[in-house]
Amino acid sequence: MFTPQIAESAASGILWLIPALPIVASGIIALLKQPMRKLSATLAIGSLSCSLLLSLFAFGHVLVGWASGAAVRETINFTWIRVGTAHVDLGWILDPLAAVMLVMVCFVGLLIFIYSTGYMAHDENFTRFFCFLSLFAGAMLGVVIANSLLLLFMSWELVGLTSYLLIGFWYQKPSPAAAAKKAFLTTRIGDVFFLLGMVWLFAQTGTLLFYNAGMGSMEALKLGGLLATPAGLGLSAATVIGLLIFAGAAGKSGQFPLHVWLPDAMEGPTPVSALIHAATMVAAGVYLIARVYPLMQAGVQLSASGEAVGSTVALTVVTWVGAGTAVFAALIAVAQNDIKRILAYSTVSQLGYMMAGLGMGGVAVGMFHLITHAFFKSLLFMGAGSVIHGCHEEQDIRRMGALKIDMPWTFITYAVGMLALCGFPLFFSGFWSKDGILEAAQHWSVAKTPFYLLVFGALLTAFYMTRQVSYVFFGNYRGHKEAHESPPVMLLPLVILAFFAMGLGLVGTPAWPWFRAFLEGHAAGFGFAGFNEPGLLAVMAASSVVVLLGLVVAWRIYGNKPIKAEDPDALEHAMPTIWTLLEGKFYIDELYGATVIAFYAWWAGVADWLDRRVWGGIVAGVAWLFREGAQLGRLFDVNWVDGGFDKGCEELATGGGLMSRIESGRVQIYLRLLALAVVLLTAILIWSSRG
Amino acid sequence: MNGIPLLTLLTVLPLVGAAIALLSGRHARAVALVTTLAALALALLVWTKLPSDGSIGLIERTAWAPSLGIEYHLGVDALGALMLVLSAIVTLMSVDAAHRVHKQPGLYFALVLMLESGLFGSFTALNFFHWFLFWELSLIPAFFLIKLWGGAKRGPAATQFFVYTMAGSVALLLSFLAIFLATGSMDFGQLGEMANSGALDKAVTAHLGPVMMTLAIGVLAGFAVKVPMAPFHTWLPAAYAEAPSPVTMLLTGAMSKMGVYGLLRIALPIFGHQIAQIRTPLLVLSVVTVVMGAWAAAAQKDLKRVFAYSSVNHLGYCLLGIFALAVPASGLAVQTSQAAALNGVILQMFNHGITAAALFWFIAMMQERSGGERWIDHFGGLRKPAPVLAGMMGIVLFSSLGLPGLNGFVGEFLIFRGVFPLSWVAATVSILGLLVTAAVILTVIQKVFTGPVPEKWASFPDMHGGERLAMAPVIGLMFLLGLLPQLVVDSINPTVMNLLAHWRF
Repeated sequence: MFTPQIAESAASGILWLIPALPIVASGIIALLKQPMRKLSATLAIGSLSCSLLLSLFAFGHVLVGWASGAAVRETINFTWIRVGTAHVDLGWILDPLAAVMLVMVCFVGLLIFIYSTGYMAHDENFTRFFCFLSLFAGAMLGVVIANSLLLLFMSWELVGLTSYLLIGFWYQKPSPAAAAKKAFLTTRIGDVFFLLGMVWLFAQTGTLLFYNAGMGSMEALKLGGLLATPAGLGLSAATVIGLLIFAGAAGKSGQFPLHVWLPDAMEGPTPVSALIHAATMVAAGVYLIARVYPLMQAGVQLSASGEAVGSTVALTVVTWVGAGTAVFAALIAVAQNDIKRILAYSTVSQLGYMMAGLGMGGVAVGMFHLITHAFFKSLLFMGAGSVIHGCHEEQDIRRMGALKIDMPWTFITYAVGMLALCGFPLFFSGFWSKDGILEAAQHWSVAKTPFYLLVFGALLTAFYMTRQVSYVFFGNYRGHKEAHESPPVMLLPLVILAFFAMGLGLVGTPAWPWFRAFLEGHAAGFGFAGFNEPGLLAVMAASSVVVLLGLVVAWRIYGNKPIKAEDPDALEHAMPTIWTLLEGKFYIDELYGATVIAFYAWWAGVADWLDRRVWGGIVAGVAWLFREGAQLGRLFDVNWVDGGFDKGCEELATGGGLMSRIESGRVQIYLRLLALAVVLLTAILIWSSRG
Repeated sequence: MNGIPLLTLLTVLPLVGAAIALLSGRHARAVALVTTLAALALALLVWTKLPSDGSIGLIERTAWAPSLGIEYHLGVDALGALMLVLSAIVTLMSVDAAHRVHKQPGLYFALVLMLESGLFGSFTALNFFHWFLFWELSLIPAFFLIKLWGGAKRGPAATQFFVYTMAGSVALLLSFLAIFLATGSMDFGQLGEMANSGALDKAVTAHLGPVMMTLAIGVLAGFAVKVPMAPFHTWLPAAYAEAPSPVTMLLTGAMSKMGVYGLLRIALPIFGHQIAQIRTPLLVLSVVTVVMGAWAAAAQKDLKRVFAYSSVNHLGYCLLGIFALAVPASGLAVQTSQAAALNGVILQMFNHGITAAALFWFIAMMQERSGGERWIDHFGGLRKPAPVLAGMMGIVLFSSLGLPGLNGFVGEFLIFRGVFPLSWVAATVSILGLLVTAAVILTVIQKVFTGPVPEKWASFPDMHGGERLAMAPVIGLMFLLGLLPQLVVDSINPTVMNLLAHWRF
């Protein structure tokens, strides 16, 4: 084990600048006028470039520490507010997990920013777009460096806001506006549970810092206290808080049953889909679980060598939700025809893999897939954007075809992304990261079902991606206008990402498991002995066979066939019932519409009815009594001319001078009645006090 | 008393302004602006002069009618001073927003200033008689402002508002008369000490029998109407909707805080023990206020009624925090939770005041531009013709939703932090309110600002320079308090500790 290095350094000292720069840039852009397009893009790209440089510096610092045998975990904490004798602290952290994520977010973000200058070139709200995009980058980087669950939550909500703003970017169309609202509200369902988990953690441990020289909430002392606190149903507070936080993660990361917003989020501009709804924000949930992993894992049995044996309730739930979502979303992806929706369901499915990887294999396994996925999925989305652009805003894959001829660069890079996503053996990063998850699943002591689910998911992934690529790039062209290749400013990011989609796998092979060693703080050996681990080669072989099977079967069905856009899908022909179910996304949206949303509307009606009829009715009854009292008062009061309820009020409004208004009218009566009541009651009180 | 009687000065200032405004006709708004600006400056001065230990400072005390236990006794701690600042800001905003009063502007602004004086008086008084006078004084101008300048159904709305609040006031008054008869004192501080030592209970029981709980309920009823707490809130939607929007700003921004303030200054110190005994039903009503307030907002079609109910929901969090903390303190953990909840409540009072006032200001602007339109479904796509209005109002709406980084979040977070360990059921059910509020607010944004622009709104005027300039500091304050809440919390936390140390449940 490496020696911990927690002393503050120059690298951790400047860490706050990484999120601050894009946020400041966003603030400046917000004040710019719409025609200042160039300046806004320059500010956004410039600030993120600086953030990237600083991230690389921080990463280098951690790497140097790692190379010299130190496990870097530098934190800078400060008190935000004091309540009573306690205080609410915020802080940031530099450790391998944060460093890797920082570089990924800045790098992928920067490429997408550059791509956006081409993709959004003709949009009238170009400046606004870069304002929101910059704000998003800053908020996301805030999530990454947070050493306090509260700071993470605050950045997290800000990320949610920018996601909302960007999904609804084309606000004049009703469907993006509705999708934005749906995204915000669905993720907020998870977030309110997250909030509860957070206040509970705070109440139990007295701190929301993750690490604070032994006193943080993710350190042994506080975790021990959480484990010892029962929270009902035989669960410890640690477990329940972990599950509440996971609810937040599930909302953000589109896990079943909160996945419904993510496919609709594709209504946003494609660079947004690539950046927020594929590479970074949706992965924030996975990152959150990695960040609070000590809590999720609290109480697990450890072997003599410090390896986890078995699992915890919280991690078991994470695993099942992840594995279930992986297959569930992959099934839906098979029967979609919108190029971006296929990728969206694929993202949901891959996020399920990451969650399952975290649940069964630990932080490094889940995070490695997060990083590789960020590269190849943003590549695929930007490739899809290029296709949509080239086909004149067409998104239906049935109206594409044969684009490999017209869009060669897009085709080649897309093919790389597709093979990486499928996990094509050896040369693609997705293979190695997915393999790590499958291997962990195979060794998981709780159950074997997740392993089979994930293998089935891999088959489906290869199938739906081959189907999509066949429809888009092969066969005959079925569009209306001639397709054209995208400008270089859009293609360059694709080529760079394609390079990483292949090469990144090298840092996480069994021969050189550098990524795991770096995250976990031990030395990385190089050698082919890593392949000798029991069952490893068998898993690799099995996953390769499954991927090839998926590719071949899909190619046999869809590959290079001349079809018409109106033709039913080959699978629809073969099994119409199942196809309808998958195409209808298992009718989850309809189910929610008939239950949750219907209840919301109905209960709102009930609340309104209660107010108007029940409470209002009681008040009306009391008013009636008053009115009768006033009728009685009429006998005594000659000033009271007209008994009408509103008539007197109208007089008050339209009568002569102010004094005369006060002199007459109903208020007078009320005041008198009240005064009378007061006098009577006072008399009773005085009388009773004598006795 | 040392030197200048700042609090008296602050309370008298708007009355002087009101007298001048009444006589200055068309220039009344300018007079009101000057007066409210000066009042804000004075209120800020008061804020800076608070004692650092959180106790009550700037005390002014003279005999008034000693035989009746009536004293002229003023003083503020951070809670009172924060409410003074809030009232001053909200009144200033309201005067700023009311630039279209053509009917008797002199009278209108005189009434607004009288209302401000009533607010100042009730946030500084430490003797029941004196306090009650101002409590009622603020009611009368509010009634006439609704009655004379309100919307189509102003008559019934004003009457309902008046009678309802009056009924609550009578309950309050009777309870205090009983206490006076039993103790011969009307001083809040003295009564609080007697309550702590048990002398109050003994005296009341000796004179009147076992009626302490009845008196507590009477006092609570008075405040429950004012805040309001379900089911005593039905006067509110009508009053908020029918009052002219600048007056609604005053009602929701400042006057609704009188009830919460009363609970903290009067009910908890004197009736803490009784409140702790009926804590469960009070918590149930608070949760109902939070959840049903939000849900009733979801059913509304009139923008003003939406935010009227949303105000009920937001003040419900204050009630939740107040009643959750009414448990006998045992140990540091409970005390920390109580302190968190109380800090949260006070922050929430201030933040809700600013945010709700700003929201009704925006509604006033929208009404001006649309000829009085308030129906949500009749708007649409306004972001296109009025991007600045959409952007600025969007910020305020997200502040109301409780987005971190803006002011609304901190108070709600601290309230939940405090309430959860004290009553996890109440906290858990109340998060439904957070969800439904978000749905309500996003629906408003969706229906008003997005989608295609209807023909009639195609040239909807955006905010002009003056309006932007007026709103900018308000929005700046929202960011400031969202990012650096310690600016306020550092001052209110000592008061919170001081209050909690004096309360016995």
